[in-house]
Amino acid sequence: MSDSPILDVQGLRKSYGKLEVLKGVDLAVRERELVFIIGPSGSGKSTLLRCCNRLEESNGGAVIFDGTDITAKSTNINAVRQKIGMVFQSFNLYPHMSAEGNVALALRKVLKRPKAEALERARAALDRVGLSDKAENYPNQLSGGQQQRVAIARALALEPKMVLFDEPTSALDPELVGSVLEVMRDLRTAGMTMLVVSHEMRFAREAADRVVFMDEGHIVEEGPPEQVFGDPQMPRTRDFVSRIDH
Amino acid sequence: MNAEITQWDRFLASFFDLAVMQKYLPNIVDGFLLTCHLAILIVISGLALGLILAVIRAYEFWLTSWLIVVFADVMRALPPLVFILLLYFGLPGVGLNLSGYAATYVTLTLVLAAFSEEIFRAGILATPKGQWEAARSTGLGFGQSLAYVIMPQAIRMTVPPLTNRTIAIAKNTALGTVVGVGEILNQATTGQSFSGNASPLVLGALAYLILFIPVVIFGRWVETRFAWRRT
Ligand SMILES: Nc1ncnc2c1ncn2[C@@H]1O[C@H](COP(=O)(O)OP(=O)(O)OP(=O)(O)O)[C@@H](O)[C@H]1O
Ligand SMILES: [Mg+2]
Repeated sequence: MSDSPILDVQGLRKSYGKLEVLKGVDLAVRERELVFIIGPSGSGKSTLLRCCNRLEESNGGAVIFDGTDITAKSTNINAVRQKIGMVFQSFNLYPHMSAEGNVALALRKVLKRPKAEALERARAALDRVGLSDKAENYPNQLSGGQQQRVAIARALALEPKMVLFDEPTSALDPELVGSVLEVMRDLRTAGMTMLVVSHEMRFAREAADRVVFMDEGHIVEEGPPEQVFGDPQMPRTRDFVSRIDH
Repeated sequence: MNAEITQWDRFLASFFDLAVMQKYLPNIVDGFLLTCHLAILIVISGLALGLILAVIRAYEFWLTSWLIVVFADVMRALPPLVFILLLYFGLPGVGLNLSGYAATYVTLTLVLAAFSEEIFRAGILATPKGQWEAARSTGLGFGQSLAYVIMPQAIRMTVPPLTNRTIAIAKNTALGTVVGVGEILNQATTGQSFSGNASPLVLGALAYLILFIPVVIFGRWVETRFAWRRT
């Protein structure tokens, strides 16, 4: 692990009208780290994640990714986004394109790869998530777990330096969750930097380097999973953990 | 009994006089061809312009959006005949002579553009926000996301309403008769007044059916074909 963080969120603020959702969040993620964000509904977890690739514009503070402040107006955000993958709760696959079409689109239109090369890389990415035999299927011909793995392949194909996951398994039937977690486990083994919002506590205990507990727009506590789950220091963390973890 | 037969004969003679039909058939065929190509031109240019306007409006620059809204509302509110007459009789006053054909073409193209712009826009707005986010998060720009991800889905969703509106406007080519466009209705009414017999109008009606029934059936097919199985 290198010491300077690849992602450094500094005093980040975000409001929707009068509602202040992020009230000065500081969070550093180092290369090859897997950081888990947990917290009650509405605490700002998704908002924080979406500020990290500027899907939401923040109202204060900075998000430094790989040395660039991505909140700066002058930053070419499309170039930055190639290097930050994002995986959504609802998959958001393009329904009019096959699995490989979904993965290849940005390779062709953002990285400007020729069609043959883009498809080749798309298939390699699908292979990585165990779906090489589904390359030509359309999203409506895939299970939820398979769709989410295609979405992960779509993010990975651009060879990002980091991937953001927003509740990647929440929309899945319980028996399909395992296949997605397995892909995330492989990614971790391969050294991918990941920032994950999820309620999969078992997975967090086993795979996370660090767990961050958020409440009401603040980071209340962070530490290794054993500490946050086993011996939380703050009353609010203790309260939250006792209700969801067992 | 006799009286009834006479009634029936009279009906046949005034609506289905074969001699009259034969005489005016070539004119109706001319009208048919003219209606065909006028309608095709209107559909192509109207839908293309509507799509372009919807895309421009998606960028949400206040000035262009405002202009497009005004255009769409005016063209949807005005009866097309009024606009045709304005172009045909009004423009010569400023030194511009439009033929009846051109006045009809321009009017119906603009009307179709106005309606289809609104329909395309509704399709763009109905495409889930997550599609934009997925596209943008991979580094695609706004225009690229619109072109490759949003529009293909928006267009699919809008095929049924668009087909209906397009058929309705293509039928309005009959309005051209008022400004002397020799389309089906014009040929039919001319034949009717020369022969003093309604048979040419019946032929005209048949010509419309021959032209538009396949289009309606095509619309139905398109509708089932593009019915979208959402995941
Ligand atoms: N586009 C928006 N407009 C207005 N308010 C919003 C918007 N998006 C989120 N919010 C509000 O911001 C707060 C934080 O939302 P956020 O989605 O970040 O929470 P979360 O921690 O991800 O919750 P969950 O666990 O339910 O996903 C909530 O109160 C939410 O209602
Ligand atoms: Mg959320």
